Amino acid sequence: MGRVVLVTGISRDIGRRFARAAAGDPSIERVIGVDVIPPRGDIGDVSFVRADIRNPVIAKVLAKEDVDTVVHMSVIATPGSAGGRGTMKELNVIGSMQLLAACQKSTTVDRLVVKSTTTVYGSSPRDPAMFTEDMGPKRLPSSGYAKDVYEIEGYVRGFARRRPDVDVTMIRAANVIGPHVSSPLTNYFRLPVIPRVLGFDPRLQFLHEDDLMRVLTHAATRSAPGTFNVAGDGLLTLAQAVRRLGTPSIAMPRFAVGRLGATMRQARLSDFSPEQLGFLTYGRGVDTTRMRSVLGFEPSFTTAEAFADFCRSVAPVTERVAEGAGRG
Amino acid sequence: MAEEARRSQGQDAVVIPIGTGGRPGRGSGSARPSSAARKLAPTAKGSAGPKPPRPGRTTSGGSATDSGEEKVADAPPEPRRTTSGGSATGSGEEKVAGTPPTGIPVGDWLAALTGAAHEVFGDDWERRAAELMAFVRRRLEGDYEVDDYGFDRELTERFFMAALRPIAEKWFRLEVRGLENIPADGGALVVSNHSGTVPLDGLMTMLAVHDHAHRFLRPLGADLVFKMPVVSSLARKGGATLACVEDAERMLSGGDLVGVWPEGFKGIGKPFSERYKLQRFGRGGFVSAALRTGVPIIPLSVVGAEEIYPLVGNVPSLARLLGVPYIPITPFFPWLGPLGMVPLPSKWILEFGEPIRTDSYDPAEAEDPMLVFNVTDQVRETIQHTLFDLLRERDGVFS
Repeated sequence: MGRVVLVTGISRDIGRRFARAAAGDPSIERVIGVDVIPPRGDIGDVSFVRADIRNPVIAKVLAKEDVDTVVHMSVIATPGSAGGRGTMKELNVIGSMQLLAACQKSTTVDRLVVKSTTTVYGSSPRDPAMFTEDMGPKRLPSSGYAKDVYEIEGYVRGFARRRPDVDVTMIRAANVIGPHVSSPLTNYFRLPVIPRVLGFDPRLQFLHEDDLMRVLTHAATRSAPGTFNVAGDGLLTLAQAVRRLGTPSIAMPRFAVGRLGATMRQARLSDFSPEQLGFLTYGRGVDTTRMRSVLGFEPSFTTAEAFADFCRSVAPVTERVAEGAGRG
Repeated sequence: MAEEARRSQGQDAVVIPIGTGGRPGRGSGSARPSSAARKLAPTAKGSAGPKPPRPGRTTSGGSATDSGEEKVADAPPEPRRTTSGGSATGSGEEKVAGTPPTGIPVGDWLAALTGAAHEVFGDDWERRAAELMAFVRRRLEGDYEVDDYGFDRELTERFFMAALRPIAEKWFRLEVRGLENIPADGGALVVSNHSGTVPLDGLMTMLAVHDHAHRFLRPLGADLVFKMPVVSSLARKGGATLACVEDAERMLSGGDLVGVWPEGFKGIGKPFSERYKLQRFGRGGFVSAALRTGVPIIPLSVVGAEEIYPLVGNVPSLARLLGVPYIPITPFFPWLGPLGMVPLPSKWILEFGEPIRTDSYDPAEAEDPMLVFNVTDQVRETIQHTLFDLLRERDGVFS
């Protein structure tokens, strides 16, 4: 008998594409997508259930559909898409708590896959070169996405303690990049002129969007409890990435980049959050030994290849400027 | 004729035509004097006027390129200057008379550039110059590799090391001893004393290891290094990483040669009166990292770095304000301004001591604080004694 997979956060592109990919997997019998807003694109064989994970209805969905695998993907990174920081926090933290509560009550669920992020490690000058899964951030995140993810991870660990019979796999994905990804980081790289922090050349690690799909399917179809860093091999520095992209960049002092980011956020041009400023100053690297040895997953794109694939989707600067002028 | 005289001197005595050949003008090589100059010297007006050279006549001394060149009219413009032509403006070389007299001819510029390329890159300058261009292009396109720590091997080898080498060889006259103690491969931990107000000793050690042992020394730096703009990115590109247990163990188990200066800021920021007195060796974290990975510890004693910037004072309040451990006052800094930042040319001796093996210990013994303290003391004593020996041995600070 194949597995019945419930995917949260299906209205977003990544969630929808994962649900479709999972529906095509032979070992998965049925995929149910859950979100408050219907998905915009084609969802194929995925059955959509309109439900809010912030209220107990989700427990009924789990029971009714005999769900045995839950893939939690509805942690959003930017307040812009949710309509404000308050809503974002509620969606992320309260939504995850309700989902975990429903899973705890459920008798059918035996596997939980949570898509987390390497943002939980933070970025600071006191960071080790490579974070392993058992390390935490040097300074606890005080706000934003990183704080949400940190709290969600805490609840997931609590759930894993209370329900030892459920396999809990936490995927800490590096910054996902690819032609279809719209994230604060890809928006940053799509700017016509890229602001950089003067005197710093952070190390960046990327995960290709296809590899994210593959690793989530991998985790949903296999029993591999634990926390895993998932990232493409190798690293790029920001200067290297910008040069490979061929976009002009401008280096300015950190406070100026911060001000610029705040201004752009207010003008809704870009979601440039404080934790992103930290990331673009100090960078981050994660160790992926356990991804290979325990999870048994091998990414098909290295960091450099993933970025090269993203570069191909970015129009040359002149076109973007012309497009922007046409729009304005 | 002057021209004949020049020829009789042979090919060696070639006169490069710079200036106006004695006629009034701005000395820019232009055959046409300025209007002001023409007013000053009315007699020269007729011969040096902007008169186009008549075809069919060989003009010698008509333009700035009068160093015995024969200008033949209507000759095809042959690119006669080969790369081996050097800086010679070829006495007796033929030139097209139709060219307007616009100062130094393009050919001369080319010849000068080829000459300069010969000077700078040596005989195989074409290949070397092509390599340099390829290097610059790779850098600009981002087509280079960095490792997990951000180490940029190419940049380090071609740029940092090349920049440090003259300082090490000509200014500090580095003398390196005990190179046989550096293993040819595998992980090892170089532990050194730290001195000199500015961590130049670290850079010099990196260079010495690279040039003599042909390995890259991966230094472990304080977190302040990675907090400072410019310094942080240079440090990572040069192969440094944060001095923490995780990074140290990762590098050592990866088979790297790691350098550590356990005295830290206590060492480089100590007053001149306390020179060559080792400070406390941290908390022995480097020893437990070596014990856990089973790599040898190589003690390194550096003599000479203490004298480069004799630290006689400190401005603690300003240092606190800026968030740095100290603001150095030396006999020359800040009094002489930028000139005070030139290090004194002391003579340096680097002596690598016999490796202290740690593979006989069990990795679990790294948790034994007593053993860690003992090994730390052993390393410290070795370095201190070598320092005293070297000091006794050396003739003078600057000799």
